[in-house]
Amino acid sequence: MPVVQCDVRFSLGNSGRRYEKEVKRMLKTGAEILWECLAREGVAHVFGYPGGAILPAYDALKHSKIHHVLVRHEQGATHMADGYARASGRVGVAIATSGPGATNMVTGIATAMMDSSPIVCITGQVGSKLIGSDAFQETDITGVTLPITKHNYLVTHASELARTIREAFYVARTGRPGPVLVDITKDAQQSSCEFDWEAAKPQLLGYRPDLSPTAQEYAQALKLIQDAKRPVILAGHGILLSGAMQEVRELVERTGIPLSLTLLGLGAFPASHPLNLGMMGMHGEAWVNHAIQEADLLLALGMRFDDRVTGSLKTYAPQAKKVQVDIDPTEINKNVKVDVALIGDLREILRVMLPRIQPTDCSEWRGHIDRLKGDAAVRDIQNLPDSGHLYAAHVISDLWRETRGGNTVVVTDVGQHQMWEAQYFKHEEPHSLITSGGLGTMGFALPAAIGAKVARPEAEVWVVVGDGGFQMTMAELATLVQEELKINIAIINNGYLGMVRQWQEFFYERNYQSTPLLSPNFAKLAEAYGIRSAVVTERSQVVPAVHSAREHDGPVLIDFQVEQEDSVYPMVAAGAALHEMIRRPNPIVETAEDK
Amino acid sequence: MLRTLVVHVENKPGVLTRVASLFRRRAFNIDSLTVGRTEKPEVSRMTITVDADDDQTRRIEASLYKLVNVLLVENLTNQRAIVRDLAMIKVAAKHEERSHLLQLVGVFRARVVDVAPESLTIEITGAEEKIDGLLEALEPFGVLEMVRTGIVAMRRGNKSSIQGPPATELAEMSPDTDNDDLQSV
Repeated sequence: MPVVQCDVRFSLGNSGRRYEKEVKRMLKTGAEILWECLAREGVAHVFGYPGGAILPAYDALKHSKIHHVLVRHEQGATHMADGYARASGRVGVAIATSGPGATNMVTGIATAMMDSSPIVCITGQVGSKLIGSDAFQETDITGVTLPITKHNYLVTHASELARTIREAFYVARTGRPGPVLVDITKDAQQSSCEFDWEAAKPQLLGYRPDLSPTAQEYAQALKLIQDAKRPVILAGHGILLSGAMQEVRELVERTGIPLSLTLLGLGAFPASHPLNLGMMGMHGEAWVNHAIQEADLLLALGMRFDDRVTGSLKTYAPQAKKVQVDIDPTEINKNVKVDVALIGDLREILRVMLPRIQPTDCSEWRGHIDRLKGDAAVRDIQNLPDSGHLYAAHVISDLWRETRGGNTVVVTDVGQHQMWEAQYFKHEEPHSLITSGGLGTMGFALPAAIGAKVARPEAEVWVVVGDGGFQMTMAELATLVQEELKINIAIINNGYLGMVRQWQEFFYERNYQSTPLLSPNFAKLAEAYGIRSAVVTERSQVVPAVHSAREHDGPVLIDFQVEQEDSVYPMVAAGAALHEMIRRPNPIVETAEDK
Repeated sequence: MLRTLVVHVENKPGVLTRVASLFRRRAFNIDSLTVGRTEKPEVSRMTITVDADDDQTRRIEASLYKLVNVLLVENLTNQRAIVRDLAMIKVAAKHEERSHLLQLVGVFRARVVDVAPESLTIEITGAEEKIDGLLEALEPFGVLEMVRTGIVAMRRGNKSSIQGPPATELAEMSPDTDNDDLQSV
């Protein structure tokens, strides 16, 4: 279809051929404008998969310096863009064709939405004249993704493209970040128009990402902090998104208020800091959950009181006043009613508050929390007598010990291994853990790790993944090899869909329905892709295997065959009160009782 | 209770879907929703009534503001506002009942917009209570068909919603014709 030529000729009418050439030079096709705009937005890598409706864009890629990573499934492209964004703080870009290409992105977009990850997804769409005709590979993807994007666009003219791309990036990265999808019809990619970057400034009349609290709200929050006797800071993902790590540390050190992290907050505050209590919630540390339940003030920083951290809302922190700092007004009073809400950018807000915060004396309270630890150490699987079995906790702990102090990024999947990683890998640095928290997307780890490695080639990237989740997206092994990326993969292989099996054990009378899982020989599979592999079945082999993987230049896959029926402890059952935890049996007490 | 929200949105394709989808997704129940043009061609205006408590209403407002195309949200619940609904009611009208029906139409300041051998079609504009009142009065005659537009609402007084709060409370002095209507019923 010579659409490009037609446009120019029609607009020229009877003018001469020389003039026609000049005009052509000032004009760009929609496809060219797309890449030009991406480049101007600072994009160096995109993750994508070509197809009919996006072919004009791919054809124009040859003129661009942007590197295109060919994925094996469009879901992988979105997770890669997501991992790229979380590892670097920059906007990740995924690109796909219309119809199935676009619908395959849905899981990745929803994942990014739930975890506030800034990605821009570009999809091709059938020609604008064909929209609504059920044309080949036509899907109303802006309709499909309406509830799982921060915003989305359908572009039907090349002239709308530059502004739309600028707006998409602006919306994705500002305020509470999130995914933006831009659906571009084939004719919008093919037709030409004048390109003027400066004139295509975002026009977002209703978009207000820059809210800030009133003086009165600051005063109320400060008073509650000053008056608190048993305060706990609940630190979330917002700290990383806002870049408020230093400010939070100052707040903690100046006030002496102990801090607890959400899953997505891990890394925002050093694990080894004496005022870091550890992770809260369903699989959080027991003493942390008890401390939250006994607290008289919860200071929530960039966290949204997800049901996985609160347990039953009826019994949640009943004595505590609550102060919530969040950039998103819809998060206020959604799950937990708060006494004071400070709406705005966390870093800016803490910068206003810090000079006015007085040191408080929390030593008695911290002593109390220390005593809440009780026999937790005895119950820790690390301290159980060696049974000869390999536990996931051993693998994670040894991996942490071996890699500590380095520039390590761990990308986890979803399930038991994810929780063990959160418990046993001590994250000291921001952006050193990438995991799907809100949506809990199995299959996230491998593609997200590829994105992370592309964003931060100097980092040592480890995939920690279960045997179930790995099989969801393992096709991306080919992407990893094609891109020559050095990524290490640790499969925590227990032969079950472990977390579901655990729920069946606890709540469904050990009816292990559809959870025993057959896997291929992962080591041989890796070899088929040209990836070095190893199988580990004993604890003594863990450190040498990790060491050898780190020494090797190329990617390595290690199949850690661990204890099959271990469970993650503590556990707050869904709907139970936060302090009602299922604990790992205390071996000393149990042994004594047996006698 | 029922809340009245006026939502000013960019006049762009798909904005109605975004707003409606928001209510569905967050499980809020829309009682009525109207949308139409405004004095500015680039702005459309929605009047939404929704059954919600105070907290939910705040969350709805915040969620609406989160939509990129939403310019302004006004909560006109319990505010000094003109609220109007339009209804067309086709009512069975036997010859001997017509004069009684026309009397009712007069009392309610409604209008007869179509006359057929066995029926009359009545158009009425007003607050919802007023229309409810007419419907109740017409019920014994036999309502054959009825359609209501859902309400549109506007704040009273000089204050334009786009400009922010007024310097003086001139609004207090404006005549309240709506109440006059109701009193006459």
